[in-house]
Amino acid sequence: MSSSSINWFRFASPASFFPLARKLVPWFALPAALLAAAGLYLGLVVAPTDAQQGDAYRIIFIHVPAAWMSMFIYVVMAFWSAIALMFNTRLAAMMVQALAPTGALFTFLALWTGSLWGRPAWGTYWAWDARMTSELILLFLYFGYLALRGAIADPRRADRASAVLVLVGVINVPIIYFSVRWWNTLHQGASVSLTSAPKMAAVMLTAMLIMTLAAWLYAIAIALMRVQAIMLERERRTGWVEGFAGAAE
Amino acid sequence: MTFADFLSMGGYGFYVWGAYVVSAAAILIEVVAVRARLRGAHRLADSDRDEEIAPR
Repeated sequence: MSSSSINWFRFASPASFFPLARKLVPWFALPAALLAAAGLYLGLVVAPTDAQQGDAYRIIFIHVPAAWMSMFIYVVMAFWSAIALMFNTRLAAMMVQALAPTGALFTFLALWTGSLWGRPAWGTYWAWDARMTSELILLFLYFGYLALRGAIADPRRADRASAVLVLVGVINVPIIYFSVRWWNTLHQGASVSLTSAPKMAAVMLTAMLIMTLAAWLYAIAIALMRVQAIMLERERRTGWVEGFAGAAE
Repeated sequence: MTFADFLSMGGYGFYVWGAYVVSAAAILIEVVAVRARLRGAHRLADSDRDEEIAPR
């Protein structure tokens, strides 16, 4: 089948994206749950105790996926914000809206698990180190986005104002990522790199990557659920929602 | 390894389980909240539709 036979722009309209989002949710949610179960089993039961850190290192299996997702979701939000501003599309802005709470949640979890790992590893729950401070700023950027949306009653105006905020804030993501290289931080450098051999045992690396994949699929599933609610809330006075039969089931 | 050993995590149980339990709870709360929001949005859309159909 040639790609030209599908008109992808059709899905840029909430009316045609709504049923698609609904159908897609279980295809991401189910693999996310299965991978999380496998990753937890590998990480908590199969992976051996670390020679230096004992069992405290097992926090890595949620800390690194949460931290990666906190940055990745923000970059995806910036992408959709740029699309929303350039093409003035409602759906792109709704995707930003659907991703923000999950991004904030992963940022909180990265900070929370990092704090609980920092105490046994470095003797402190918190330090004003470049990595941790920039990750905290990321949490405030998510909160700022949500607060700005909440403060503007007209959704279309809120779309534009918050898209600008998200795009300005995206500069923080490379700062977080490269902070361990640019500054002499308490936080360790990257555990995984594309250019060098992994410094971790294979089973630990596998568990971490499986947990990351699970977190990624989960984020997609929950955003696709939330975007349906946003579409219904924002467009309930329009024809396509009113014509949508069997909406309650 | 006994179950008690598993729970103690070599003495780091407070930190490891503190991280895992809060993460699991946060995700569970998010799933429950989003499902409730989606149900509410469906009800709202349905009641709007009924209001507009009823007066005719």
